[in-house]
Amino acid sequence: MKQKLSKLLLGTALSLVAATGAFAQDKTIKIGVLTDNSGLYADLGGPGSTLAAQMAVEDAGLAGKGWKVDVVSADHQNKPDIGTNVARQWLDVEKVDVFVDVLNSGVALAVSNLVKEKNAVLIDTGAATSDLTGKACTPNTIHWVYDTYMLANSTGQALVKAGGDSWYFLTADYAFGHALERDTAAVVTKSGGKVVGTVRHPLNTADFSSFLLQAQASKAKIIGMANAGGDTTNTIKQAAEFGIVSGGQKLAGLLLFLPDVHALGLKVAQGLNFTETFYWDLNDGTRTFSKRFSERMKNKAMPSMIQAGVYSGLIHYFKALEAMGGNPHDGAKVVAKMKEMPTDDPLFGKGSIRIDGRKIHPAYLFEVKTPAESKGPWDYYKLVGTTPADQAFRPLSEGACPLVK
Amino acid sequence: MSAMTDDTLPASPRTLRDEMIVFAAMAVLLAIVPATGIYPFFVMQALCFALLACAFNLLIGFGGLLSFGHAMFLGTAGYFTAHALKEWGVSPEIGIVIGTAGAAALGLITSYVSIRRQGIYFSMITLALSQLLYFIYLQAPFTHGEDGIQGIPQGMMFGFINLSNPTVLYYVVLAGFLGGFLLIFRTINSPFGEVLKAIRENEPRAISLGYKTDQYKLLAFILSGTLAGFAGSLKVFVAQNASLTDVHWSMSGEIVLMTLVGGLGTIFGPVVGAFVIIAMQQYLAGFGQWVTVIQGVIFVACVLTFRRGIVGEIGHYFRRSL
Amino acid sequence: MQALYAQLLVGLINGSFYALLSLGLAVIFGMLNIINFAHGALYMMGAFCAYFLLNLLGIGYWWALIIAPIAVGIFGMILERTMLQWLTGLDHLYGLLLTFGIALIVQGLFQNYFGSSGLPYAIPDELRGGMNLGFMFLPIYRGWVVVFSLVVCLATWFLIEKTRLGANLRAATENPTLVRAFGINVPRMITLTYGLGVGLAALAGVLSAPINQVRPLMGADLIIVVFAVVVIGGMGSIMGSIITGFALGVIEGLTKYFYPEASNTVVFVLMVLVLLIKPTGLTGRAA
Repeated sequence: MKQKLSKLLLGTALSLVAATGAFAQDKTIKIGVLTDNSGLYADLGGPGSTLAAQMAVEDAGLAGKGWKVDVVSADHQNKPDIGTNVARQWLDVEKVDVFVDVLNSGVALAVSNLVKEKNAVLIDTGAATSDLTGKACTPNTIHWVYDTYMLANSTGQALVKAGGDSWYFLTADYAFGHALERDTAAVVTKSGGKVVGTVRHPLNTADFSSFLLQAQASKAKIIGMANAGGDTTNTIKQAAEFGIVSGGQKLAGLLLFLPDVHALGLKVAQGLNFTETFYWDLNDGTRTFSKRFSERMKNKAMPSMIQAGVYSGLIHYFKALEAMGGNPHDGAKVVAKMKEMPTDDPLFGKGSIRIDGRKIHPAYLFEVKTPAESKGPWDYYKLVGTTPADQAFRPLSEGACPLVK
Repeated sequence: MSAMTDDTLPASPRTLRDEMIVFAAMAVLLAIVPATGIYPFFVMQALCFALLACAFNLLIGFGGLLSFGHAMFLGTAGYFTAHALKEWGVSPEIGIVIGTAGAAALGLITSYVSIRRQGIYFSMITLALSQLLYFIYLQAPFTHGEDGIQGIPQGMMFGFINLSNPTVLYYVVLAGFLGGFLLIFRTINSPFGEVLKAIRENEPRAISLGYKTDQYKLLAFILSGTLAGFAGSLKVFVAQNASLTDVHWSMSGEIVLMTLVGGLGTIFGPVVGAFVIIAMQQYLAGFGQWVTVIQGVIFVACVLTFRRGIVGEIGHYFRRSL
Repeated sequence: MQALYAQLLVGLINGSFYALLSLGLAVIFGMLNIINFAHGALYMMGAFCAYFLLNLLGIGYWWALIIAPIAVGIFGMILERTMLQWLTGLDHLYGLLLTFGIALIVQGLFQNYFGSSGLPYAIPDELRGGMNLGFMFLPIYRGWVVVFSLVVCLATWFLIEKTRLGANLRAATENPTLVRAFGINVPRMITLTYGLGVGLAALAGVLSAPINQVRPLMGADLIIVVFAVVVIGGMGSIMGSIITGFALGVIEGLTKYFYPEASNTVVFVLMVLVLLIKPTGLTGRAA
C-alpha cells in the first residue's frame, strides 16, 4: 500500500514536471562547490573557488534572463568518505546540478562515480589525476584545468632535457601522488632518464626530514616532489635545513600553484620550474578578471588556476544550458552539449572539450622570478615555454577511456 | 570500577517486561521510518552506529572495560567486506560473513594482548592497538590508503533481495540491527552476562568464587568486537565505501561518546546516544569543526554532571532500568 | 652511513618529545591518578602560544620558551581547579573521558580559526643553518632540541627525586592524608603538579614549532604514540619515562633507516611485545 502510494505520488510529480516542461523550461540551477575549505589545499581552491563560482553567476547575467542560480559550498576535508557523503546528500536532498572544484584526486574519483550514478555534472577543476579522463572517465565528468599527464609532459621533459637524468620521487601517498609519479616516471624514462627510487609520505605531513634524508641518500640528481599545496611548500623549506640543494641535488616541483609560491616567498622559490595553464598576468583578459577577483578576496590573493577554472568551466556550462533553453536536469545530456560547443572565455582563451571529458588548452612552463626581477606583489612568474593545446594533453588513444571507441 | 557503576546502576531491579515493551516500541518506530519521509540514508547510518555502540556498551557497561579502540573492529570489518564485494565479487551475505569473521579474528588477537591490563591501561592499550591497525591499513595496498575503497556494489542478497533499492536496504539494515541488539540483550540476561556483571562489581570476589574472570573478559571482548564488526559490514552497504575515517581514533572517541550520552550500562542508551550524535553531526555538518567542539563539550558535561546519560536519567526518574 | 646518523638524529628529536610528554603524563598520573588525554592539545597550545607571541606581540623564540609553558601551565591549573578536581573519588576512567573532551574542545576551536594545515614558525636566527660533522650534516636547531630536552628532563627528575619539594610531592602521592596532617596543602600541590606536567607539554610544543610547524592537530596523533610509550615504560618512575621516551625515538629512527615502512608502527608493535612478556611495563608497578 505504502509503496503504491509513493509510486503514485512520484508519478504525479513526474507528469507535473513533464507538463510544465512542455510550456516553460525549468530555469533553476544549483551549483555545488566541493573543496578543501580548511586544510592544506584551502588556498588553492577553498573559499576562492566559491567566489569564482559567484563571479561566474554574476558575469553570465542569467538572473536578468529569468534564471535562478544558487551556489552552495562544503568542505570535504580531503577525505573521500566525507566528500561522497556530502555529495550524496547534495544529489538526493538538495538536488545539486553541477559540482565544481572538487580538488583532491581521491575525493574526485569517488565523487565522479556518484555523479555518474545520479546523472549530474562534474566540472573538475581541482583534481590532478589523469585517470579522470582515462580509465575512470564518465559521460558526466569534464576535467577542466590540468592533469598529471600534462604536468609530467611539460615539466618532466624540460628537466630531463636540462640534464636531470636521475630521479627520486617524494610522493603524496594517495591517488593524486601515485598518478603524478606514474606519469612523470613514464616521461623521464621515455626521455632517457632513469628513476632510482621513491618514498611515499602521508597526505598533510608536517615533518619531511626522514623522507628527505632517504631522498638525499639516493644521490639522485632530481628529487621530484609528487605532492601539492602545503606538502610541497613544507618539503621545499625543510630541504634547505638538511642542506639538500646546497649538496647539489635539485628539487623539482611537479605541481605548484601561485598561492604556494606566495607562501614560500621569492627568496626560497626563485628559479623553480613548473607548469600551469593559467596565470593572472598572461594577457588583458586574465588581468582584468584577476584584479576583480583579488579585490573581493579576504587576503587580496590573485586567483590560482583551480579558481580560474571554476569560473571558466561554469561560464561554458551556462552557455550550454542557455543554448538548450532550460535546465533538463540530465547531466549526461548537458555534458554532451558542452562537448559539442567550442569553449571561449577570457581566462583560458579558445578551446574545446574532447569526447573523454578532457578540456583542451595550452600549457605554460614558468620559472619563478628572483626577488630582483619581481616588480611588485604577486609578480612571480616568467614564461619560459608554451605547449600548444593539441600537444599539451595525453592523446585520446592512450587514455583507455571507455567512451573513446 | 565501583564509582562508575554506582552511578549507572539501575535504581530498581530490572524487569524484563519493561524492556520488552520498549524494544517492541523501538522496533515499530524504526519500521515505519521509510513512510515518514526522513532521509533513509541518515537513519541507516544511525542504525549501524547504534549497533556499534551497543556492542561497545556490552564491554564497558557490563564488563567494566573501556575500550578506546573500537573503531578498529568497525574499520576492519568494513575493509574486509568492501574488498570481498568489490574485488572478489562475492554476494552480500558472504561479504558480511567475511567482514564479521575478520573482526572476530581481530578480537581474538587483540583481546589476548589488551586484557593483560585493567582500567586505564586497558583503554590506552586498545587505543594504541587501533592506531597500529590504522597505520597498517594506511599502508596496506588492498585498502587503497587515503583514497579508501570506493563505489562498492550493493548487489543482491541471497540472490533475490535487491540492496540497491533504498527501502529494501533499509529493512535489511534494520533486521541486522534488531538481530544484533537481541543477541546482546540475550547475552546480558544469560548466566554469562551475570558473571560479567559480577566481575564488573568486584573482580577479586568473582575470582574467589572460582570464576576464571580472564576467560569471561576475553569472551566478552571477542563478542563485542565481532558485533562491532557486524555493524561495520552493514555500514559498507549504506555508505558504499570503506575508508580510514572508520579506523581513526576520533571514531573510537565517537563510539564512547554515543554510549556515554545515551547511558553507560543501559540497554537502550547506546541506541539513543547514536541517534543523538549522528543527528547532531548531520545538522551541524556545515559548521566546520564546531561539531568537534560540541562533542567535546558534551563529553565534559556528561562526565561532570550527567554521568547516567539520557536513558539512565529517564530510568532513574521512573525507577526502572532501561 | 650518513643517512643512518641523520635518521638517528631525527629519531632522537622525536624521542625528546616522547620523553617530555610521557614525563608530564607520569608526573600528573602520580599525583592526580588521571591519564591526561588533553596532553596533546596542551602541547599544541604551547606551540600556538609561541606563534602568537611572535606574530602579535613580536616576542621571539627565547622568551616563548619561558612564557609559553607558564601561560599554558596556568591554563592547565585553571582546568584542574574548575573541572578535574570534581572527579576525586570517581573511577579513573572518568578522568580519561573528561580530558578527552577537553582535548576535542581545544583542538576543535583552534581548527575553526586556523584550519588544519600548518602555520610556519621560523627557526630563531641564532640556531639557523647546519654543521657538517664529517659523518653527518647536523641542522643546528635539531641538535639544540635534543640537548635542551635532555637538560629539562634531567632537571625535572632532579626536582622530583632530589629536592624537598619533590619529597613532599612523592609523599603526597603515596599517602595524601598523612601529608595533609603534616600541614601541607595537598590540593594546592595537586594543582601545581598538574601545572608542571602541562608546562612540560607546552615546552615541548614550543621546541617542536620550528620543526613541525604550528598545527591544531599536531598533538592529537602524537599523544597516542606517547600512550604506547607510557604503557611500555610503565608510569612508576620518572627516570623510566625519560629513558623509554628517548630509547623509543632512537628505535624509531633506526627503523626509518633499515625498514622505513614499519617506522609508524614500530612503537606499537614493541608495546604488544612488552605486554606479552612483562604486562606491567619495563619499569612499572601494578596499576
